[in-house]
Amino acid sequence: MRLILRKRLRPLGWSRFLIPPVSILAAILLGAVLFAWVGANPLRAYTEIFKGGFGSIYNFSETLVRATPLILCGLSVGLAGKMLIWNIGAEGQLVMGGIAGAGVALFFSSAIPSCLIVPAMMLAGFLGGALWGLIPGMLRARLDVNEIITSLMLNYVAIFWLEHLYFGPWRDPEGRGFPGTAMFLETAWFPRFFGTRIHLGLPVALMAAILIGCVLAYTYWGYQIRAVGAGAKAAQYARIPIARNIVWVMILSGGLAGLAGISETAGIHYRLQQGLAAGNGYMGIIVAWLSRLRPGAIVILSVLLGGLMVGGDQLQIILRVPSAIGLVLQGAILFCVIGGQVFNDYTLRIRKG
Amino acid sequence: MPDDSQSGPAVVMKAIYKAFPGVEANRGVDFQILSGEIHSLLGENGAGKTTLMRILAGFYQPDAGEIHVRGQRVVFRSPRDALAHGIGMIHQHFQLVRTFTVTENIFLGMAGSLRLDMPAMERRVAERSDHYGLAIDSRARIWELSVGEQQRVEILRMLFRDVTILIMDEPTAVLAPQEIDRLFAVMKRFRAEGRSMVFITHKLEEVLEISDDITVLRRGKVMSTVRPRQIRERTVSAGTELARMMVGREVILEIGKHPVKTDAPLLEVEHLSVMGDRGELAVADISFRIRRGEIFAVLGVAGNGQRELVEALVGLRPITAGCARLNGIDLKDCMDSVAYIPEDRTGRGSIPDMTLLENFILTDPKRFKKGPWIRWKSAERVAQTLMDRYRIAAPSPGMKARQLSGGNLQKLILAREFFRKPRFLIAEQPTRGLDIGATEEIWQALLGQRETGGVLLVSGNIKEVLSLADTILILFRGGSMDIVSCDDEKCLERIGPLMAGVKGAA
Repeated sequence: MRLILRKRLRPLGWSRFLIPPVSILAAILLGAVLFAWVGANPLRAYTEIFKGGFGSIYNFSETLVRATPLILCGLSVGLAGKMLIWNIGAEGQLVMGGIAGAGVALFFSSAIPSCLIVPAMMLAGFLGGALWGLIPGMLRARLDVNEIITSLMLNYVAIFWLEHLYFGPWRDPEGRGFPGTAMFLETAWFPRFFGTRIHLGLPVALMAAILIGCVLAYTYWGYQIRAVGAGAKAAQYARIPIARNIVWVMILSGGLAGLAGISETAGIHYRLQQGLAAGNGYMGIIVAWLSRLRPGAIVILSVLLGGLMVGGDQLQIILRVPSAIGLVLQGAILFCVIGGQVFNDYTLRIRKG
Repeated sequence: MPDDSQSGPAVVMKAIYKAFPGVEANRGVDFQILSGEIHSLLGENGAGKTTLMRILAGFYQPDAGEIHVRGQRVVFRSPRDALAHGIGMIHQHFQLVRTFTVTENIFLGMAGSLRLDMPAMERRVAERSDHYGLAIDSRARIWELSVGEQQRVEILRMLFRDVTILIMDEPTAVLAPQEIDRLFAVMKRFRAEGRSMVFITHKLEEVLEISDDITVLRRGKVMSTVRPRQIRERTVSAGTELARMMVGREVILEIGKHPVKTDAPLLEVEHLSVMGDRGELAVADISFRIRRGEIFAVLGVAGNGQRELVEALVGLRPITAGCARLNGIDLKDCMDSVAYIPEDRTGRGSIPDMTLLENFILTDPKRFKKGPWIRWKSAERVAQTLMDRYRIAAPSPGMKARQLSGGNLQKLILAREFFRKPRFLIAEQPTRGLDIGATEEIWQALLGQRETGGVLLVSGNIKEVLSLADTILILFRGGSMDIVSCDDEKCLERIGPLMAGVKGAA
């Protein structure tokens, strides 16, 4: 028996809307097998995950906290992706945003009026990420260097910078060896809402999603970005300045990831510390592609994935399953959903013999 | 080598029909290949040559029709099936792994033992290449080789798969003249061994030099199959005859072209030279003037520098020497008043995955801009009006451009470009692949543009050029053969030989 993938000559009709739900169903079944294998009742496990992520107001607030950096990183990757620029560097841009914002908090808190500290940190965070996006953007636009490689490699540079700072010059002298800076002054904390850990980063992320959505749909610049992504040759024919747009898109893309960095730093940790580079930038890639680069879908998927992460953590405590099970379940979902997209363009045939 | 009946057909293709969305590539083609012959398949771009041969090599399945190999009916589901019957194809774009060596590429995908005896394989490659005069270093990596050498690797690969019917898709398009001679020597050697070859091309001189049989395809149909000796005896210039078969010579359609008063020169091109993709001189020292109220046609068999000429004029390719001026101003600086209808409708002229509306504003978005915003509402009104005026059959401007048929898509591009009210229009193969109805509508639109500005029409279609043009420049190998006026009664007779590169004939 042989399995043969064959390209569809005609695009799939209405039945393409069935692909995502069927893919998720397949992932859930795959996960169920996994739970059974580690000795947990699959039905109970899924119930606990759902309760963990969405079961109470507190749990849901934690889900939203988790989703905040995912939304920003998803938008970062998604915006560049609209232009067929693969920004794999959201992680590094996030870190640079955190560093720049923390620098403002640590060294300028007493110099600027307290009501301006948080906006200044946010601006610095945006610029830090933007700078880290500008580098691969310029290299791509001017010298045609592959941005996948450069943006990925800059992640490690950013993370080493981060480690250098909190182990070295910015280390908290009273931290007793804890890898991190001193805690920021309270005026440099992002405000939190409703007695939960939901902080300023969430409204910023939602605003960013609306803004990017509007830019893409209603502005000439957004139209140019989409045109370059959908037909580079046609865009060239229409005299759209492709190189200049690449640079600006990478600046904005890096800036969005930078905002994620400063909002994690100033909204959750209140200091620059180990754990800032927690993989949100890479999750952003996944969020962006699962959402097919649509800002609205990026928000929804970030919340769902955030819930899965929070629920997965709970599961570990309640059912005493290995902590990695949450990650494996995420992997199963991503595998099935991304793999399922193949069927948009291909059909599977089984040939005997 | 199979030696059964040297004269019997090695391959018979009967009534082959193949359609792709929007195009009928082959419309009932009958085609035969004899054993031990070089059979040229001649035709313009888009005539269906490559499609027909991809069917024979198993890359496509025909929608209808039969294939017989050495008298036996076959159905190929994949290139592997075709190879099993000794049929192999070398594509225009070589299918080689650039970082592998010559030997690794040749044996790639061939069944063998688990252990790779690379030295032995290299020896076999060296022996075989010496035998055929295909000088090649069996240990060189593909990226180190010239295009001609890469082609030899492809040929060797076919030899190691025991191919007896070798199809080559425009093998000479990438070669320098002395490399072409070498390729022809190899082809003759194959023929002496009883192998058959199909040689796809649109270059007439080469066809006459090498082929035993010539089949001319036009718009998916066989125009005729001839032996070069036959036509050599019949006419002074065999090339002329073939050129006519390729591009057709139907009667000129009466489309009500009336004289327009022409003005001072609008576009002046002086001593223009342009490099092609491989650094060769694609356009060599061309000069012409186009006046307002004139349709100026550049006519030639495809691949004689038309594409490079147009790309240079619209700023997509650098000008090597000479200049082009519109109303005395360098053409580069007045692109806003130049509209361009590219040959490649789906790749360059439009964006298939965007909506009709988004495609409408592609080349002139400033008209619909207000600050950073696009005024989608007013753009939509304009789009709707234009869709009605140009009779573009589509339910709404919100549908995707890829859902349009070729003719409707071309009308969309035309509507968009005319809406800019250009002073000068460049139309490249504007009606290729379109049905009669759409063709006439587009011709009428071009005649309309002639009343208000100038038109440069690039076409390989004699009928189109004679129906529309006031003046014709005949392009051959990047140079201007002649510029003839269409008022001239004998212009049709003069054009044929000129297209084939024959000066002073007829």
